[in-house]
Amino acid sequence: MNDMIKLTIDGLEVEVPQGATVLDAARKANVRIPTLCFLEEINEIGACRMCVVETGARTLQAACVLPATQSMVVKTNTRRVRHARKTVLELILSNHDKKCLSCIRSQNCELQRLALELEVTDDNAFTGERIEYPLDDLSPSIVRDNNKCINCRRCVSTCYTTQAVGVIGPIDRGFETSIETAWDTPLSETACIGCGQCINACPVGALREKEESPKVWKLLHDPDKIVVVQTAPAVRAALGEEFGLPMGTNVTGKMVAALRRLGFDQVFDTDFTADLTIMEEATELIGRIKNQGVLPMITSCSPGWVNYCETFYPDFIPNLSSCKSPHEMMGAVIKSYYAEKAHILPKDIAVVSVMPCTAKKIEAGREELAANGYPDVDAVITTRELARMIRSNGINFLNLKDEDFDNLLGDSTGAAAIFGATGGVMEAALRTAYEIITGETLQALDFHAVRGLEAVKEADVKLGSLSLKVAVAHGTANAKTLLDSIRAGEKTYDFIEIMGCPGGCVNGGGQPIVSAEERLRHDPRIYRAKALYAADAGMTYRKSHENPGIKRIYEEFLGEPNSHKAHQLLHTHYTPRNKYKYREKSVS
Amino acid sequence: MRPRDVIKTLKDSGLRGRGGGGFPTGIKWELCAKSPGEKKYVICNADEGDPGAFMDRSVLEGDPHALLEAMALCGYAVGSDEGYIYVRAEYPIAVKRLEIAIRQAREYGLIGQNILGTDFSFDLHIRLGAGAFVCGEETALMTSIEGNRGEPRPKPPFPAVHGLYGKPSNINNVETFANVPQIILNGAAWFKGMGTKRSPGTKVFALGGKINNTGLVEVPMGTPLRTVIYDVGGGIPKGKKFKAVQTGGPSGGCIPASLLDVPIEYDSLVEIGSMMGSGGMIVLDEDNCMVDIARFFLDFTVDESCGKCTPCRVGTRRMLEILNRIVSGHGQEGDIEKLEQLAESIMDTALCGLGQTAPNPVLSTIRYFRDEYDAHIRDKHCPSHHCKELLHLEITDKCRGCTACARVCPAGAITGESRGQHVIDTEKCIKCNSCIEKCRFDAIIKV
Ligand SMILES: Cc1cc2nc3c(=O)[nH]c(=O)nc-3n(C[C@H](O)[C@H](O)[C@H](O)COP(=O)(O)O)c2cc1C
Ligand code: SF4
Ligand code: SF4
Ligand code: SF4
Ligand code: SF4
Ligand code: SF4
Ligand code: FES
Repeated sequence: MNDMIKLTIDGLEVEVPQGATVLDAARKANVRIPTLCFLEEINEIGACRMCVVETGARTLQAACVLPATQSMVVKTNTRRVRHARKTVLELILSNHDKKCLSCIRSQNCELQRLALELEVTDDNAFTGERIEYPLDDLSPSIVRDNNKCINCRRCVSTCYTTQAVGVIGPIDRGFETSIETAWDTPLSETACIGCGQCINACPVGALREKEESPKVWKLLHDPDKIVVVQTAPAVRAALGEEFGLPMGTNVTGKMVAALRRLGFDQVFDTDFTADLTIMEEATELIGRIKNQGVLPMITSCSPGWVNYCETFYPDFIPNLSSCKSPHEMMGAVIKSYYAEKAHILPKDIAVVSVMPCTAKKIEAGREELAANGYPDVDAVITTRELARMIRSNGINFLNLKDEDFDNLLGDSTGAAAIFGATGGVMEAALRTAYEIITGETLQALDFHAVRGLEAVKEADVKLGSLSLKVAVAHGTANAKTLLDSIRAGEKTYDFIEIMGCPGGCVNGGGQPIVSAEERLRHDPRIYRAKALYAADAGMTYRKSHENPGIKRIYEEFLGEPNSHKAHQLLHTHYTPRNKYKYREKSVS
Repeated sequence: MRPRDVIKTLKDSGLRGRGGGGFPTGIKWELCAKSPGEKKYVICNADEGDPGAFMDRSVLEGDPHALLEAMALCGYAVGSDEGYIYVRAEYPIAVKRLEIAIRQAREYGLIGQNILGTDFSFDLHIRLGAGAFVCGEETALMTSIEGNRGEPRPKPPFPAVHGLYGKPSNINNVETFANVPQIILNGAAWFKGMGTKRSPGTKVFALGGKINNTGLVEVPMGTPLRTVIYDVGGGIPKGKKFKAVQTGGPSGGCIPASLLDVPIEYDSLVEIGSMMGSGGMIVLDEDNCMVDIARFFLDFTVDESCGKCTPCRVGTRRMLEILNRIVSGHGQEGDIEKLEQLAESIMDTALCGLGQTAPNPVLSTIRYFRDEYDAHIRDKHCPSHHCKELLHLEITDKCRGCTACARVCPAGAITGESRGQHVIDTEKCIKCNSCIEKCRFDAIIKV
């Protein structure tokens, strides 16, 4: 059944396998068809009608959902097609706020780009009523601005399909159709986990992170504050894209230099506390195994996942590792260990986290994450926000000379570097757990079974005499599949890594946005992860427990992993959450 | 009869879908029968969303067993053991009678396991629609049965391949199904003996509007429109002049007097810019403004658009806005061209039949009644004196000064001495026409 389908597109012959769409065939023939609502494998609903082509059928057909058939003759650039596409685009513009000058997505907006490409000369070709929507900005993570929404539903499918959350969808009909939450409550009162995957899916500026850069500017301009910044492993693998560098360029040195230019007093590396997390988490895992604790233990460093677990799978809360996520550990350590060393009062320190993630914004506001009487982290900005700050400060990023992190909390290992990719935390933990358990040096450091983009990865790992069943899931829909199989008793594991975003933090909701079309050529999950694995391979130390700074902090300050002090500073607890938060309110 | 004999009879009969598209029913069943798959569904479209139509309802209420029999036959022919009837919740009596009929048929062993002792089994469920017009569109209907927001899906893949729950499905209209048992009973030749070559059989229409005999009428296909309107329908009331007949429901077109001799057939109606639709037929007389009629029908489809695809969601709304401004006297030169341009793109790009046909009433009225559009736009005048904002009332010198009009006017717009000429203050007049009706001397006219 591997019959190939032959068709012609604009006179070019092309062969595609069964099941391919006309859009696939066009790509193969190097014919570009504009798209808007299409997001491969996630949103293939043929809604926007930008991609219409002529096939001889009575009406034009949407190439993105049209199966290619034998001997089909497709025309993509006739007068009829061009006229139709332009009209469709002009109709979208007639119900769009068109405030490009103040729009966060300007120059990275699929709608704006199409308007230029299709030679729209009058963005008021069709005028008429526009509905004004209020801004939904109550969530600490996500801002929804329906005045820019083009109803493509890429966010809806992402939230539903890849995240298995499903808190946004179309309501009303016809011209009044808009993307809303159930009962039109603010997103903050739904079961939204703040993952930000909807933002990355949105072709326009209708979804964005709740910006904290204004707060960060204020802190930087406050003479009484020592402002300390930390950057997550995945940020350095993607920040360069914002400045035109190819996907997968590692820009650690320039990033550190830029942060100093921005005026941060100390630039620390969340990789350091990723190593610290491994020390704590590997020890916790061994403890659970030895003491018949709750298994499987599940990682807790992804706040999108933690929110999901608390809301949808509260029965798995006892399985969550009690470890705080690395940037929260860093905040706690900065306001204790660093504060002591630098003779600064914790109250005078502000910790800013640069994260690939929007859920970390919700996380930073959790009351229980305040080990020293102050929030561990004071502000969280995304990779995109950092890029905007760098640009607005007039820093010529590409010409910066590489600089190193500040010493005290700046050392890291290859194990920490790979935290940003799915499977990375598992791999890092296994490297350390192996050596703790066996007391021997691990020779084969790469655990290939847990790398890559398979939905759920499983492996049997031997740590000396101990054999562990492990699993890795990324994207909460895959987490759901995994947890359901455990709930149903079909599977048992000892240790599980879950990251809320598909591909892990490299593809977090705060990372540079990659257009639907570019995703087809360069999957950010693959390219950015490569940068991290390359960094790992090139590091002097590749196991968390070898990190000299980590050895120092245990010697000088924490004692040993899972010590009382470590627990007080580095561990946390979780609370079941209602899916319908507005109900909590109306009841109380 | 083997399944393929059922299909052959149906193909030979030339029966075409009565739900609107006129697709040959035998071929549809054959496609579904040939489509690979263990599980298949038979669906009856009883959503009947066209405003004013009740052809399907009459069958559902009057002879539900005809439908059940046809669906079981369909199940037998295509290889399906399960059917759904999707009926609008606004038809409570139809639903009740269907439920009774299904119960009776089960009791008699006419549906259920091993029908009449054979190894053929077929059972039925009823699903209620919430009255959205678009849920009559077959893919939206299936999406709705699946429990999702009633929105169409792109075709292809067609229901015969990928239908309800992704399984091969055959969907037909109530009236289509109702023809099937008779065809199987009496043979294809009997059926072809009625109607025309391209459209055999009869068709039920819901006749309404400015016509003496309103209600359901059943005529052989090929009957000229004139016969239906003047013979069956008894002509136009009050001696008014016929202006047009709108067929095909809200997305059909308006047919002018000059084309009244066109035979009613699927293809001939499409050729003249209208369509058969499910059988709505609304007669319009000289008092109807054709621009306003177009506006009225478009208003319906704009309201009923599901909002999934851009051209229908935004485009039909923009067309409606233009029509609204034309009927209110704010039309501009170029509006007709803009309407045509939008219509062309919407028909060409909309995802489903609703959007693809929504511009029909506008295009057909532009085609046959362009002068009315011009009068509204250029002269700010409604030739039928229908559009209120373009209407002015005047009292001519026939006025005898009886004061009847001044006394009836709710707006106090009429002044004049007793026995003297009365005048209307057009600023105050709310165009309620009470004065015209009151005046015994026909002194008040619309201009
Ligand atoms: C907007 C829209 C509404 C429709 N409504 C109905 C309906 O109410 N009843 C119906 O039988 N078909 C309706 N149809 C047609 C169906 O999609 C489908 O073609 C029909 O059920 C097929 O049955 P048939 O082949 O027996 O005509 C509608 C189509 C569109 C595009
Ligand atoms: S979403 Fe795009 S087109 Fe719209 S205002 Fe923003 S940049 Fe401009
Ligand atoms: S942030 Fe995540 S959970 Fe919330 S609406 Fe977006 S995709 Fe859904
Ligand atoms: S918010 Fe963005 S992704 Fe969602 S429907 Fe609107 S434009 Fe599309
Ligand atoms: S044409 Fe209209 S009704 Fe049909 S899918 Fe598009 S928006 Fe929905
Ligand atoms: S139409 Fe009505 S409001 Fe106008 S003058 Fe006559 S009675 Fe008065
Ligand atoms: S319909 Fe194909 S991209 Fe939207």
